[in-house]
Amino acid sequence: MKILYPFLSIFVLIIVVFIGVHQADLHFLFGIIIPYVSILVFLIGMVLRVGYWASSPVPFRIPTTAGQGKTLPWIKQDKLESPSTLPQVLGRMALEILLFRSLFRNTKAELSESKLAYGSNKWLWLGGLAFHWTMLIIIVRHYRLFLEPVPGMIHLIESLDGFFEITLPTFYVTDALILICVSFLLLRRLLVPQIRYISLAADYFPLFLIFSIVISGILMRYVLKTDVVKIKMLIGGLLSFQFQVPEGIGTMFYVHLFLVCVLGIYFPFSKLVHMGGVFLSPTRNLANNNREKRHINPWNPKVKIRSYPEYESEFREKMIDAEIPLEEEKNE
Amino acid sequence: MKIYDSGKIGLGLIFFIALVTFPFWVSIGGNKQMPELKMPDSAHECVESKEFMRTNHMRLLNQWRDSVVRENNYIYVSSTGKSYVKSLTKTCLNCHSSKEEFCERCHTYASVRPYCWSCHLESE
Ligand code: HEC
Ligand code: HEC
Ligand code: HEC
Ligand code: HEM
Repeated sequence: MKILYPFLSIFVLIIVVFIGVHQADLHFLFGIIIPYVSILVFLIGMVLRVGYWASSPVPFRIPTTAGQGKTLPWIKQDKLESPSTLPQVLGRMALEILLFRSLFRNTKAELSESKLAYGSNKWLWLGGLAFHWTMLIIIVRHYRLFLEPVPGMIHLIESLDGFFEITLPTFYVTDALILICVSFLLLRRLLVPQIRYISLAADYFPLFLIFSIVISGILMRYVLKTDVVKIKMLIGGLLSFQFQVPEGIGTMFYVHLFLVCVLGIYFPFSKLVHMGGVFLSPTRNLANNNREKRHINPWNPKVKIRSYPEYESEFREKMIDAEIPLEEEKNE
Repeated sequence: MKIYDSGKIGLGLIFFIALVTFPFWVSIGGNKQMPELKMPDSAHECVESKEFMRTNHMRLLNQWRDSVVRENNYIYVSSTGKSYVKSLTKTCLNCHSSKEEFCERCHTYASVRPYCWSCHLESE
């Protein structure tokens, strides 16, 4: 069920496009209205989600044991793992966001000869990192469809990505890489029994969704062919609010676009918001300066305190009778 | 609902929204269309149908290249029964006489930069 339902729902989504575009001719709905809905839901959803996170106070710094914190001058601080200043925190955030530092610590528990052993396991880190970077490169390459004139930076990425200069249209390395990475991430959930056990429909759905987006894009470029010029006209119309739906764009493009729109709508409400969440992880973005700075808990109740001098002045006579030395006299 | 660190959060969100919507900001006002293509005056039809050519010309060229270089086969018979010499410069650019005003216009718009011209000539 956890696998079947997400799979079927993607299947239904694709059928919906085929019926809507191919049979019912709803080009305006799928080409104009749904993309606008998707981007609005995506943006508003993300803002609300981040606002919701920001409404939880994080009064204390959470030092992690990953590195030596700042202490005595002759003990070397691990500045990136346990930062105490803003630039060091930015360094740790950059490592986390660009290189998935935490995932690099991933370990795997194994029973070998009935002994439990933990070993380093970098495959998830490698697959995850490669997946995210190739997806970023592919999305940046898509900006050739969104911008006119196309900036030179995109030409540079295209020519690096098409480095092998084989097949026409030129084969992109990232297209093969993303297929490998998504397959790996999916097979990991399907084949490793422990991971399969903890995987939910909400884990499979985004994987299937991204997989179908990638497949439809690759089909469009290398197999079925679509008219890129007309697609750019459609998108240019969307971006400048002058709607036009050119005739003769293949249905596969609408499948691709619709699945991307579904992704945009699904994004803020799913685990995929980790895109924003990684910036707000308290164990990563707060300097470990607990010893240098006093952090006061905002919801501490006001406690009525009574000092020792007050106590003494109340019980002075009794204390003198009992020959208890007074603090007052000492100071004199 | 109290928002903590609202300065930093707001700044981050504004940056995020600006990043996502920036294709809108640069496009509003003018929908830059593809420039007109200069069509051949003498001929009236391409090697294959116009629809096919628009999306598949690069695959056709690939087939031509492979069959010339690997099989020494220079003659292409189109689906309408006409025959053409399989040549980038001698056939395509014979009708589409200006590469700049035909191929390039589309390609600049779609950000395609075929590497063919580092070897092949633009005109005879
Ligand atoms: C209707 C617009 C249009 C015209 C006219 C046009 N092309 Fe293209 N061409 C394209 C598009 C769009 C692509 C990229 C398709 C893709 O990315 O899937 C392309 C791709 C190519 C490629 C493959 C490039 C690569 O690296 O992937 C070659 C080669 C090519 N065209 C040659 C030509 C030649 C030669 C001419 C002129 C005789 C020409 N084209 C005219 C739109 C056009
Ligand atoms: C016999 C002359 C002739 C030859 C040879 C020729 N073309 Fe064409 N081509 C035309 C004509 C005429 C049109 C316009 C067809 C129409 O409007 O129906 C055209 C249209 C096109 C289009 C579509 C442009 C558009 O506006 O949609 C492309 C792309 C194209 N040709 C590429 C090529 C390529 C690549 C080659 C070489 C493989 C080639 N042509 C060879 C005459 C030719
Ligand atoms: C490294 C140089 C080089 C590059 C780059 C190159 N070619 Fe060629 N091409 C050749 C040579 C050499 C021949 C063989 C010419 C012959 O035997 O007549 C050839 C032949 C061809 C032919 C058939 C003969 C003719 O006169 O056109 C086609 C079609 C062709 N190439 C298409 C392409 C296309 C499309 C590209 C770009 C994607 C391309 N070539 C890039 C060197 C190159
Ligand atoms: C509004 C958003 C998007 C639009 C309009 C769009 C449109 C397109 C088009 C027109 C192509 C065909 C390009 C060609 O034929 O050369 C394509 C290819 C592709 N798309 Fe998208 N796409 C979008 C978002 C995405 C996203 C979010 C992904 C996620 C990974 C993606 C992955 C791909 C892939 C892998 C290809 C294969 C070809 C390539 O790498 O360029 N697309 N897309």
